[in-house]
Amino acid sequence: MNELKVKVDPIKNGTVIDHIPAGRAQRVLAILKPRSNDIVMLGMNFSSKAMQKKDIVKIEGRELTKNEVNSIALIAPDAKVSIIRDYKVAQKTKVEIPDFIEGLVSCSNPKCITNAEPMQTRFQLISASKRELACQYCERVFTADEMDHI
Amino acid sequence: MKNLISMRDLSADKIVQLLALAAKLEKDPSQINLSRRVMAAMFYEASTRTRMSFESAMKRLGGEVIGMVGTSGTSVEKGETLSDTARVMARYSDIIVMRHPMEGAARYVSEQVNIPVVNAGDGANQHPSQSLLDLYSIKKAQGTLESLRLALVGDLKYGRTVHSLAYALAPFNPEFYFVSPSSLNMPSHIMNDLRTRGVKFHETSELGKIVDEVDIMYVTRIQRERFPDREEYEKVKNAYIISADLLKNAKDNMKVMHPLPRVNEITTDVDTTKYAYYFDQAENGVYMRQAILSTLLGEAK
Repeated sequence: MNELKVKVDPIKNGTVIDHIPAGRAQRVLAILKPRSNDIVMLGMNFSSKAMQKKDIVKIEGRELTKNEVNSIALIAPDAKVSIIRDYKVAQKTKVEIPDFIEGLVSCSNPKCITNAEPMQTRFQLISASKRELACQYCERVFTADEMDHI
Repeated sequence: MKNLISMRDLSADKIVQLLALAAKLEKDPSQINLSRRVMAAMFYEASTRTRMSFESAMKRLGGEVIGMVGTSGTSVEKGETLSDTARVMARYSDIIVMRHPMEGAARYVSEQVNIPVVNAGDGANQHPSQSLLDLYSIKKAQGTLESLRLALVGDLKYGRTVHSLAYALAPFNPEFYFVSPSSLNMPSHIMNDLRTRGVKFHETSELGKIVDEVDIMYVTRIQRERFPDREEYEKVKNAYIISADLLKNAKDNMKVMHPLPRVNEITTDVDTTKYAYYFDQAENGVYMRQAILSTLLGEAK
């Protein structure tokens, strides 16, 4: 029997985020900021053919927005996001770091103006494979792992 | 060109245009009239040279200057945001020239106001009018920007000016000698970047060996405020002293440049040699800033 089916209940309506690198599920959850009534399932270190080990997150009753999906791409570049309606996969997307990211992550340069003024951050993707982004204000380049979500 | 925020925004064509306009204005500043136009100088940090150079440029073209230096006595002290200060200044003036300690401040202000903004230094990030005046000076001193050999000397780790200059010259087939104490070497990400652009360069700590090789010796001050450790600073502060004696085998056309202020890295006996170019370089800053101001104010012909 499939290991996933044993351990995690299917959801009726909501979102499944699969293929999260092992150990990063909590960071994905931190972005999604579940509300107090949201039902969330978090699985860690499941075996995976492609990744050996992976994490998985399921949220009942909530369909992620494009912005939220993009944000996940920074932490889990190979994640697959499935929107579930009535127990069926209604939509399946592979996440992709967008060319521009606005207001989702803070700039790690303490001398950057975005950390001093009431304003949105803006980053441009420099390299998808290296997950490198350049702050459009201070012009510094960071990897996604160096960045904090707002 | 709506603003001048970063060298990264400028195409090679635009740079060539600005250099040509600066040359035109050096010959005859009366070609452009900025009378009744007001430049607001918003200097959140002390600066003598850059600010006065911009003021001189504006005034020599017939324009007016208002402004602030430092934040004491201004609404900034009362807790006003940068955005609010800039938006008020934009109601008083036609162009903003600003220096701010936070990186990206000028870009942010340019998004908040509907008049042109010139970045006159945003922390360790960009200082494009300095880069442009350096290019103008090199072109004027050597007659070309193409295929020159340049020594960049001093603090190559933290020196914003030399990083920017290396990038600005990259399209013109330069050959660089990076001369610095090992603790102040050119950052590897910049060297990798230059390598991918096909730029030739050598690293050395011995200035004496390459003096007779180069067309330009660009010297920078080793800044005490960059060192967390006083002892480290003491070790390197006198690493490179350029004296008339050191230059005795230099090529005839060689010029010594320095963004100024100098402390002791160029001795005063160099001033009277044919190699000294740093005061001309400072003067060139006025012509280049005249070109920048007139272009942004839509008066460039």
